Amino acid sequence: MKHLIKLTVNGEEYEVAIEPNRSLLDVLRDDLELTGTKKGCETGDCGACTVVLDGKTVNACLILAVSANGKSILTIEGVAQGGKLHPVQEAFIEHGAIQCGYCTPGMILSAKSLLEENPRPTEWEVREAIAGNLCRCTGYVKIVKAILAVAEEMAKAPVA
Amino acid sequence: MVRFEYLEAGSVEEAVSLLDRYGGEALAIAGGTDMVVQMRYRELAPKYVVNLKAIKDLDYITEDASGLRMGALATIRSIETSPLIKERYGILAQAAHHLGSVQVRNLATIGGNLCHAAPSAEMASPLLALGAKAKITGPKGDRTVPLDEFFTGPGQTVLKAGEILTELQVPPPPPKSAGVYLKHSIRKAMDIAFVGTGVVVELDGGDKCRDIRIGLGAVAPTPMRARRAEDHLRGKKLEEAILREAGEIASQECSPISDIRCSAEHRREIVKVFVRRAALQAAELAAGGR
Repeated sequence: MKHLIKLTVNGEEYEVAIEPNRSLLDVLRDDLELTGTKKGCETGDCGACTVVLDGKTVNACLILAVSANGKSILTIEGVAQGGKLHPVQEAFIEHGAIQCGYCTPGMILSAKSLLEENPRPTEWEVREAIAGNLCRCTGYVKIVKAILAVAEEMAKAPVA
Repeated sequence: MVRFEYLEAGSVEEAVSLLDRYGGEALAIAGGTDMVVQMRYRELAPKYVVNLKAIKDLDYITEDASGLRMGALATIRSIETSPLIKERYGILAQAAHHLGSVQVRNLATIGGNLCHAAPSAEMASPLLALGAKAKITGPKGDRTVPLDEFFTGPGQTVLKAGEILTELQVPPPPPKSAGVYLKHSIRKAMDIAFVGTGVVVELDGGDKCRDIRIGLGAVAPTPMRARRAEDHLRGKKLEEAILREAGEIASQECSPISDIRCSAEHRREIVKVFVRRAALQAAELAAGGR
């Protein structure tokens, strides 16, 4: 039996009728056509499907979409505001922290969420915060540098 | 993914009534980090899935005179970051930090981690070491079982049809007590424990061990207490030599298997080291005040 659910994604409200065995990841990608959220392992290991659900990063592949009824979701498509990239996105470009790009949406969301909770992380804290995001290009050094650079910028000018 | 009918419980009573009505055909889901994957791979094929996550009053972490109480829906992340737990029951925050990734910890619940009943369940050995109890709610009301009687086999617990785990209860930490959790795995994150060890030590007025509890994970069909090793240490001063003996005893009373991660022999060796190391560290912390 299909269920009618409401999701607020990147500030927009959606209503979709879905079978209960669909993952939030599939509904975001296939029904809402928000394909910025990537599908990697579908076992909760790779983090390519990371989204922010009610303020917390989660693996969209591990969530039954039906159970997200009424919740608010941020995907990579909602991170830039008014055509302006988020400082974390800028830093990833600046530091060459993107290679194939597949892990990038998840990495950005994990990084953004880390910096909101802990604006001055140590390198180790950055590494732990992105432990659930696998970069198959193994470009971790530049990713960590980019995140630390944002933290430094924020400390100088606390506007972001 | 398998097909199922989805039901949402708004209260504990409703969850119990739904699970009771559909018996073996229904499974309860909370964080879903294990179950969604198992249903995707058709390892689980319930006809009905009862979502517990919407039950409002099962997500809490509080302390009163009888100790720490955690609702079954408290997330692993909330346990990891709770100031109360970090301050008073640090071993739980340590273990929580080792479970999966931030994303997984934001979803996974303490109740789900225990009910999934993996022998390696991250939260089981520290809770065993803390002497935790599990409150279970079912059609006939509530019952409470010591956590070391909760697990009955890999993926198996004492929960009967219609029953759900509702609360974990931990007695207040005695003065001069402390706990340490150690995990052996290849990677520093996102890995299943080869061996997990939680030890809680309570010192007497002097420097002797008044009480000790040792919880072991991934070295038996269920998370377990190393009771003979505990008996060997109670009333003694926790020094290198006697801790080596206790490690030997613990490595004999567990019953590990060889699997894809490592051999049974390797696991026994790690148990020897971890029991000694965790007890030493816990004793040091306990001597320092907590």
